[in-house]
Amino acid sequence: MILLVPVLVISLMYFMFSDVPVRPGHPSPFNTACLILLGLFPLFVMFLITSITMQRERASGTLERILTTPLRRLDLLVAYGSAFSLAAALQASLACLVSFWLLGFQTAGSPVWVFVIAVINAVLGVGLGLLASAFARTEFQAVQFMPVFIVPQLLLCGIIVPRAQMPGWLEWISNAMPASYALEALQQVDAHAELTDIAVRDMVVVLAFALAALALAAATLRRRTP
Amino acid sequence: MMTSSIDEFSENGAEPAVDIEHLRVIRGKRPALHDLSVRISRGTITGLLGPSGCGKTTLMRCIVGTQIVAGGSVTVLGEPAGSAALRRRLGYMPQFPAMYDDLRVIDNVRYFAALYGAEEAAAEEAIDAVGLGDHRSAYCANLSGGQRTRVSLACALVTNPDLLVLDEPTVGLDPVLRVDLWERFRHLARRGTTLLVSSHVMDEAENCEDLLLMRDGHLLSHCTPTKLREETGCTSLEDAFLSVIRHTTAPAAG
Repeated sequence: MILLVPVLVISLMYFMFSDVPVRPGHPSPFNTACLILLGLFPLFVMFLITSITMQRERASGTLERILTTPLRRLDLLVAYGSAFSLAAALQASLACLVSFWLLGFQTAGSPVWVFVIAVINAVLGVGLGLLASAFARTEFQAVQFMPVFIVPQLLLCGIIVPRAQMPGWLEWISNAMPASYALEALQQVDAHAELTDIAVRDMVVVLAFALAALALAAATLRRRTP
Repeated sequence: MMTSSIDEFSENGAEPAVDIEHLRVIRGKRPALHDLSVRISRGTITGLLGPSGCGKTTLMRCIVGTQIVAGGSVTVLGEPAGSAALRRRLGYMPQFPAMYDDLRVIDNVRYFAALYGAEEAAAEEAIDAVGLGDHRSAYCANLSGGQRTRVSLACALVTNPDLLVLDEPTVGLDPVLRVDLWERFRHLARRGTTLLVSSHVMDEAENCEDLLLMRDGHLLSHCTPTKLREETGCTSLEDAFLSVIRHTTAPAAG
């Protein structure tokens, strides 16, 4: 399911937009939508999966049990991080393959960078998911963290309203959110054939956010509990 | 409080497996353990008995290092409880079977074996020891309560530790399997493993060399089953335990 759902959703969007007239000189609406989906899908899906999985570990008692074994906390987080990132990479490759080859998605820049950004976003999703699960006490709560962690980022990162056109204080908030940089990196790759400095900077920022989230998650993972 | 454990009869100089001094634990604003001090010798089977809510699980969690402690010290095998060096030498079975339901029995046991660096064969042996040889490929979600307890026990046994802390390992098991398991525990103890087994079934106390009786976070008694019978004058251990409770809760009368 994790591999097929993004592909199916993007294909669905393709068919949705297939009859919409394209204004000359503007990119097709499918192109814009596909770009956003390819880049940001990994963020939500990985967030959801990671936070729920970690929550199950806590609830079933396996997390406490594992913490009595020789396994180090860093090992545990790196293991989860890499396993989920690998799954996300597979998901992103399939989605990119289908979009670029079958559905006629085009970017000025290389598809490889779209893939790279998608994977970086997935790592961010994993980091945020691990962090969110630290605060959730039940799976129900873990799922509800999606509106808290993800939706504001969606609204403010520039998908709906370009960041430059938002009121000053909102733009300031969006500057603090990793999704804004993720989207900007994607838009850079879309618009320019060569990899721009801004794109590189944005990718580094998102990775830094991801690592910070992982570090915070490590700090919240305590062996001793009440 | 009666304290005439086999400590006094064993060789002096051997460091205790578990050395607890003045342990205090507070859970949810209520004290779970009150100033508890106890020493558990190596290579023994010690039974931790008491009614539900008396603090057995809390005490075990202090020993394995997952409980926040308000005061006192817990030294296990010469090291502070919860330290990294200890974790390789400790096997723990929590009160509620903690395992991965999405995986098969053999996967779960192999996983814990791998965490401790045990060999593949050890996983098979542990599964056979708990009598689940026929179910090794079953998914844990499909097992009965007693079978899940057994898988959890296998995950602890596979690690071949110096100290085995088992929280109610025989709950939901039939008498035949129970006898087998206690025989295995005795075998492990003879080879030098220290076992701390908790239960609220007093009959199981018979199988232990040493008994810790707890109630409401207090350690009421620490002695052998024989000594317990002698001192309370009861033949059944259940009666002996009730007698101990009555003595300790009755107002001190000279």
